[in-house]
Amino acid sequence: MLLAALLFVLFYVFWILMSGFFTPFLLAAGAASSLAVVWFAYRMGVADREGHPVHLIWSALAYWPWLVREILKSALDVSRVILDPRLPASPTLVRFKPRQKTVVGLVTHANSITLTPGTLSVEVGPEQFVVHGLTRASAEAAVDSDMDRRVARFERVR
Amino acid sequence: MSAALDIASWALLVAGGAFCMIGALGLVRLHSFFPRTHAASVIDSAGAGLLLAGLLLQAGWTLVAFKLVVIGLLIFFASPTATHALANAARERGVSFEAGEGEASSKR
Repeated sequence: MLLAALLFVLFYVFWILMSGFFTPFLLAAGAASSLAVVWFAYRMGVADREGHPVHLIWSALAYWPWLVREILKSALDVSRVILDPRLPASPTLVRFKPRQKTVVGLVTHANSITLTPGTLSVEVGPEQFVVHGLTRASAEAAVDSDMDRRVARFERVR
Repeated sequence: MSAALDIASWALLVAGGAFCMIGALGLVRLHSFFPRTHAASVIDSAGAGLLLAGLLLQAGWTLVAFKLVVIGLLIFFASPTATHALANAARERGVSFEAGEGEASSKR
């Protein structure tokens, strides 16, 4: 019930900020739509801690700035490969077992790998990740990485 | 103050634009499917992200800024998911992981 109320408030704030109109009709329509979406989410069975991991929001705010820095660093690495006249790409495939236990953690790790240029999650599962790297070094850096440890710490928050 | 903001905003916009250009160049220069995917991810992670950050500084504290943040979050969550689906489908279809001299693997 608490989650339903929280979802309703989030949807309604989202509606108001997206519309920017404050006429009674549109405010009422927004409330009705938010309520309907909460109801649909419950009917579809996606309104749970996995579908809406609101309890992770604070640790996400700590993790994202680190991720942005990683994205910029590896974007520079990939740019250097592209601009190098010799084009020193050495595509490599690596397999490893991720540390995460929850679905949200695994998805966060896989998405973080894909978001950082130069690495790409090809296959994702609790037992094995298959990651493709533009260079041998970037692919091997994905195995047992700092990112792996950080996401594992991030998902443990209750 | 606003001059400093403008300079920061333009620096971000120019850097984002540069990453988009480099990504586009990479799409042309690199061979075969998987290396090209990496060039594309320079565009939608670093390029789009920096452009949105630059526009955010131009927008200030307005509703436009909130909409830019929502666009950023949409790219942040949807783009890696789409890239992963693409890579997974390519792997299922047997696209080669090697760079390869010719284009045979990516054209088949």
